[in-house]
Amino acid sequence: MKLTGAQIVMECLAREGVEYIFGYPGGANLPLYDTLVQYPQIRHVLVRHEQGAAHAADAYARVSGKPGVCWATSGPGVTNIVTGIANAWMDSVPLVCVTGAVATWLIGRDGFQEADATGITVPVTKQNYLVLDVNDIAQTMREAFYIATTGRPGPVLVDIPRDIQQEKTDFHYPEQVDIRGYKPVTKGHPAQIKKAAQFIAEAERPVILAGHGVVISQAYDELRDLAEKAHIPVICTLLGLGGFPGSHELFMGMPGMHGMYWNNIAISEADLVIGIGMRFDDRVTGRLKDFAPSAKIIHIDIDPAEIGKNVRTAVPIVGDVKEVLRELNPQVQPARHDDWYNHIQQIRRDHPSIVIPDVDKVLPQYVIKKIYDLSPRDTYYVTGVGQHQMWAAQYFWGDNPASFITSGGLGTMGFEVPAAMGVQFAKPKSTVWSIAGDGGFQMTMQELATIVEYELPVKFAIINNGYLGMVRQWQHFFYNDNFSSVRLFQPDFIKLAEAFGMPGVRVSDKAAVEGAIQSALDHPGPVLLDFEVEQQEDTYPMMPPASSLAETIDQPVFEDAPQKVATS
Amino acid sequence: MRKHTIVALVEDRPGVLNRIASKWRQRGFNIESLAVGHSEVPGLSRMTFTVDGTTTDVDQVTKQMYKIIEVVKVSDLTEHDIVHRELALVKISATPQQRSNVIEIVDIFRAKIVDVSTEALIIEVTGTEDKVDALIEMVRPYGIKELVRTGRIAMARGARTPMALDGEKGEHHRYRSAGEGKAKVGSLM
Repeated sequence: MKLTGAQIVMECLAREGVEYIFGYPGGANLPLYDTLVQYPQIRHVLVRHEQGAAHAADAYARVSGKPGVCWATSGPGVTNIVTGIANAWMDSVPLVCVTGAVATWLIGRDGFQEADATGITVPVTKQNYLVLDVNDIAQTMREAFYIATTGRPGPVLVDIPRDIQQEKTDFHYPEQVDIRGYKPVTKGHPAQIKKAAQFIAEAERPVILAGHGVVISQAYDELRDLAEKAHIPVICTLLGLGGFPGSHELFMGMPGMHGMYWNNIAISEADLVIGIGMRFDDRVTGRLKDFAPSAKIIHIDIDPAEIGKNVRTAVPIVGDVKEVLRELNPQVQPARHDDWYNHIQQIRRDHPSIVIPDVDKVLPQYVIKKIYDLSPRDTYYVTGVGQHQMWAAQYFWGDNPASFITSGGLGTMGFEVPAAMGVQFAKPKSTVWSIAGDGGFQMTMQELATIVEYELPVKFAIINNGYLGMVRQWQHFFYNDNFSSVRLFQPDFIKLAEAFGMPGVRVSDKAAVEGAIQSALDHPGPVLLDFEVEQQEDTYPMMPPASSLAETIDQPVFEDAPQKVATS
Repeated sequence: MRKHTIVALVEDRPGVLNRIASKWRQRGFNIESLAVGHSEVPGLSRMTFTVDGTTTDVDQVTKQMYKIIEVVKVSDLTEHDIVHRELALVKISATPQQRSNVIEIVDIFRAKIVDVSTEALIIEVTGTEDKVDALIEMVRPYGIKELVRTGRIAMARGARTPMALDGEKGEHHRYRSAGEGKAKVGSLM
């Protein structure tokens, strides 16, 4: 029996075990939508903006461990979804994005709603395809899923012209994929692993920098085994949070620009840095030439291009984090580094970095800390980008693996709303918090409609300081308090929530914070909490841009002195 | 300037050149010359890049190239003993009276005159970039009307075939992981 191109796409999705498609229809992908109803096992989520489709699929992938799937139509559908694809690209998230293209005879003729989808997405996809023959669809879809999910995961875009979706052919799903130019290495080089074990044995002041790769390859046990066996403090990057239990005595929190002061000093003093599934991003390293000046660096990553890209590497190990650690751990000598550990703990006592002053105001970090304290263990936290994100990261000391979902590499404001939706689809029984900025929330809040429509019980906490907070902080620190276009006019978030069909509660009193969080947790459906927090709180510690980790400014001793009032 | 010769075998498919160019542009790699054509393997094109190793991180070039799915093999041939050549066509003004002088120069360079008219002729020259440069300087006084150069193509000398496909892409990565960070690809072969 012959199938249409659209049916073949659906057959492929079904065989890949896809449960959800996040998408938006339009002229060029109508045949796909026409076919959708024939596949009731695959649920389509109609978002309100294509960016939301990609973010939802992205976050769904991060917590489910399965690739996310999103659909968009040609032209503006494609351009809208690019931000979401770029976000997945920067954070190595497996995404298969199927877009409709204008009919083949219109391609290259500036047809209505034509955009060069493959051209636009080359720099932000792991691979992309324009399928010009219906007979190529099955092979392409198979390759798309294979490439998206293997090696260093990433987004793949498949662009299919409308007429190709309608043409018919025999359907054969390829059993195997063999791409001669794509052979990801997962097994680390034995000689390098042996050398790494030697370096670890010789180290007196080692630290582990654990990144997203730990979470992606689910190497939680292996990382813990390594850290415990050799007694090495574990510092998790922003995307590495959730890769190591927060309650573990070796967990040190986050490093970098807004990381813990003690971590930045520890890295600067370390004689061995073990980077595991991370890429020495500038927000982590600070000024490169002064990064970990006394340390040898072991770098474990599945992407060979990350090795040596930013930092000099003494022991490069290309491979899957889980596989490499499984080989490495048995070769590691059991050790104790009590002096080193105690030294870091002493810095930590001297510079506690994340102390919440006991004041009457509603401090943003106080709200976030209370959310963590009151929520059950298997809660998932999704953040936007900016100050609230950094506070959320600083105070995240949870044990639930992969439960901290944030836009790290691209830093996409607005991620928090659709991403929370994607997480809730993947974890229907868990509590999902969207810790949102008042700025980012307004970028994607139309997805509240989707969330209410699909009865997703997402809890929103808007950390509302009436500013684009991180921008205000930078203008305060580095632009002489020239507060330019940073004061944010606010809609009434409570009325807005109600208009979308969910309850909203405004919290402007510190005494009401706990009660509001608890009632949100008790509420069976979605709910929005608008926390009117202290407007000019700065995020500390802070490593100024282009400076070194050792120059990190620690949290100041809190003084309740009047601050300069910013005006728009 | 430290000129590197990087050779890549890539799938002969639409859009591949765009992917490679996009990657080079985005990463700020500066291509000095690029030559593309078929290779000995059906379906694979061979690209030869030259790049200045003092301004471009050549190690990153090869690694970033490998991230492109259609790129099957990349080698920095700089560490090899290689034959490299460039071909140029030079159209110069030459009256019948000047021709014999031009022919003399062309003979010295073992070049060829491939087209003649009353007022102009086309010289075809093959050789290293230096040789091509030298010929061009010699004929410049006659007036260069048009000039085209192919860019460098290169191949390892002797029986060794560093671009052969027996070593898998993955094997290449495994080897590189064994190096000290900035491993030289050349020593793999």
